Amino acid sequence: MRKIVYRTTKFFIPLTIIIISSACSSFPLPDATSETGTEKQATLTIMTHDSFAVSEDIVKSFEEENAIEVKFIKSGDTGTAVNKAILSKGNPIADVFFGVDNTFLSRALDEDIFLSYESPILNDIDDSFKLDPSNRAVPVDYGDVCLNYDKNFFLENKLEPPSTLEDLLAPEYRELLVVENPATSSPGLAFLFTTIANFGEENYLEFWKGLMDNEVLIVNDWEAAYYTEFSGSAGKGPRPIVVSYSSSPAFELIYAEQPIENPPTAAVVTDNTCFRQIEFVGILDGTNNESTARKWVDYMLSPDFQEDMPLQMFVFPVNSEAVLDDSFINYLNSPEATADISPAEIAQNRESWIIEWTETVLR
Amino acid sequence: MKLRSSFKSRDNWRAVILWLIPIAFLLVFYVYPLSSIFRASFARSEDEFYSPIINVISSISTWRIIGFTFWQASLSTLLTLIIGLPGAYLFARYDFRGKTLIRALTVIPFVLPTLVVAAAFNSLLGPGGWLNIIFMELLNLSSPPIQFVNSLFAILVAHVFYNITIVLRMVGDFWSHIDPRMTQAAQVLGANRSQSLLKVTLPIIMPAIITAALLVFIFNFTSFGVILVLGGPRFATLEVEIYYQTIGLFNLPTAAVLSVIQLICTLLLTVAYTRLSAQLNRPISLRPQKYTQSKLKSWKNRLFAAVMVLIILFILLTPLLALVSRSFIRTTPDIDQVSTLQSKLTLDFYRELSINRRDSLFYSPPSTAIIVSLSYAVLTVLLALFLGLPAAWVLTMEKQSLFNQILDPLIMLPLGTSAVTLGLGFIIALSKPPLDLRASLLLIPIAHTLVAFPFVIRSLTPSLRSINPRIRDAAKMLGASNFEVAKRIDLPIVGRAMLVAATFAFAISLGEFGATALISRPEYPTIPIMIYRFISQPGSLNYGQAMALSTILMLTIAISVLAIDRFRIADIGEF
Repeated sequence: MRKIVYRTTKFFIPLTIIIISSACSSFPLPDATSETGTEKQATLTIMTHDSFAVSEDIVKSFEEENAIEVKFIKSGDTGTAVNKAILSKGNPIADVFFGVDNTFLSRALDEDIFLSYESPILNDIDDSFKLDPSNRAVPVDYGDVCLNYDKNFFLENKLEPPSTLEDLLAPEYRELLVVENPATSSPGLAFLFTTIANFGEENYLEFWKGLMDNEVLIVNDWEAAYYTEFSGSAGKGPRPIVVSYSSSPAFELIYAEQPIENPPTAAVVTDNTCFRQIEFVGILDGTNNESTARKWVDYMLSPDFQEDMPLQMFVFPVNSEAVLDDSFINYLNSPEATADISPAEIAQNRESWIIEWTETVLR
Repeated sequence: MKLRSSFKSRDNWRAVILWLIPIAFLLVFYVYPLSSIFRASFARSEDEFYSPIINVISSISTWRIIGFTFWQASLSTLLTLIIGLPGAYLFARYDFRGKTLIRALTVIPFVLPTLVVAAAFNSLLGPGGWLNIIFMELLNLSSPPIQFVNSLFAILVAHVFYNITIVLRMVGDFWSHIDPRMTQAAQVLGANRSQSLLKVTLPIIMPAIITAALLVFIFNFTSFGVILVLGGPRFATLEVEIYYQTIGLFNLPTAAVLSVIQLICTLLLTVAYTRLSAQLNRPISLRPQKYTQSKLKSWKNRLFAAVMVLIILFILLTPLLALVSRSFIRTTPDIDQVSTLQSKLTLDFYRELSINRRDSLFYSPPSTAIIVSLSYAVLTVLLALFLGLPAAWVLTMEKQSLFNQILDPLIMLPLGTSAVTLGLGFIIALSKPPLDLRASLLLIPIAHTLVAFPFVIRSLTPSLRSINPRIRDAAKMLGASNFEVAKRIDLPIVGRAMLVAATFAFAISLGEFGATALISRPEYPTIPIMIYRFISQPGSLNYGQAMALSTILMLTIAISVLAIDRFRIADIGEF
């Protein structure tokens, strides 16, 4: 008898603990934000992903102008950061969110986490960047995901670098390509979209089967692809073609071990082989700082901020008034026509494409 | 009769009181965030709340993933034990020059970020790695013979590399206090070496072995980075699948069900463990190390020691050395194309760490990262010991208490919890007025403590249980208070175990990346966060700096561990 009672309590006590604790979410505990303390100065909090970077004086001048302290919270990669913003909807941990891109945009817009704001500076921005008609997500910058290749390899082997996606199926490119998994990596997802734009929803999986036959290597993240498998950069891997960004060669030049004249890599920027990633900023619903948050959005779109971005994050400004630094332009090839795939299509099919691709290519 | 029962209930109350603080901590920082995210996830389900459960359970791929998770974890754990146990024996029974240093080095892998470890293995075993180049030269092959990246082999090697220190330390330390006279007695009575090992030594050290095995298993079971980076896209553990469902597909109900499955598996494992260890633990007389260890005298001993040290050094040091060397060597030749080794040696990567070339707001010199990392680590050690000591003590003292029997397996759960899920739980649960921690820096040591706390308890319980209760009774009889008993008998005996616990708590915090990245304040980067910052940008200078910082991280942990080892709380005395 005792044993049975004991057994059931053994099961129920932890259960009650869990239930009680989830029930009393309003348990009065002392406020533990010792950090913010008594607000001497107002703070504007900006939530972003971990690749965000900005110059010190750019932020300083905003802080001085508005007598406010700007605090940044980095919340993991883009997908993780967006998820966190969604889950804290209504009670956001920040006032502004920067860094949702067009591959994740539908997720953020469906969940309605942003307040609409029609910034006056939107007039200086090309309409092709404005993917949200109600201006909840405001475009800030863009970058292109393109094939990169090891210049030396193609020179030594007297081979032409690929200029179309079909080229990658040719026997001379066997075992040369490494790409990222679209389910775990954002350049990987961008490349998947590029293939869908090129071959259509009916045929893109055929193309991927062709890539598999041609011994494409798939790894989970950009770091492994670029530094472990790719031969053009510091990791000296075995494969001379990788999916990366059109700005990567510029990085290679500016962050070379020793000053060099030409980057060791180059990007393929022929028509329809790149996918354009656009990053957006939005004011989080539930902020107490809406007016300052609007000023921050304006500031991000202003030429001062826009001109700072290229050398900090290696992305391009969307504001046509922004002037690009010479060192940035000289080593950069930009695609004229990027993969044509509508945001609505992406929003509709994003998850099902990832699942289809995973089942065909990985299983 | 009556006296005894009132005694029992008083003991129960003491258990409750001692448990109060650790339980409160777990409720607020573990159960509450976790239940919040589960509630939020299930609330997103479009059909009935139970339909995602049915979908997940009825899917073949779920079972395949569960099967693979168990399979790779079992293989990895077995391998770690096979290689680790002879090493533990060596460290426990023999005293030789360089032992302290080698022991300290074994902790280094534990703190290294997966991306860096992948780079290290790659420079050894990868397609362009030394071994492949040597084989290609020797055998005249046109393509690299060893396929390392994206293989099960890579997963197993990396798991052994990461976790072998758990076996070496936990089993080694326990073993080193076992009286060798027991084995000698068995041999005098006619047992041969293997008989005395199997029948005498093994049963005595079994509690430490299964504890180490449990911890290694849980680490492998919830493995994420190793699978993702070294295993590649074809392998998925439950944790990887949770990440995929959460980030890739934003299917939170499915992710929640998978998290629950992972928790149930952890719980079943620990329940089995507690059952088993209750049978295995027995009081024994422990002796100080100076009586249990001997010098390497015979050539047989020396050969054994040399082989073991070589194996351990080979597994641990070659990848580490590959990393260190990479931080001093340029890959791109000079402009004048002379590529002698001398022209390639460089300190540039270290120098560059202290330059803020782009005037970035988020630049921090390496010294800041070291200080931030060390502060979090020290806080984690203090917090984990503060919570873990009373809990471990009461767990062993009041073995029969109902409270303990329930809590014993439950406290291991944080170790088996999906970091992706719990991280999201932190965000929704701990940013509301009752507990508004938002971007508080305190969240990081708290998150680290959740992982370190079960470790502390598991490091302490085998030693605490080994204390012969008669010694305590004798002390009490002679008039010692409970406090004095704890101070004079328990503390000296668990002193070493506490150092082991502290070392792991420290290492867990120093190397932790996931939780830190989720709630990171860019002004206060830890070393792993800075490494990640560099390695996620193209450019050989960035790569070199990531390697340089990894070397700094290795030095930091090695020096810290040597320092912790210097602490002598009190060693076991003669009774």
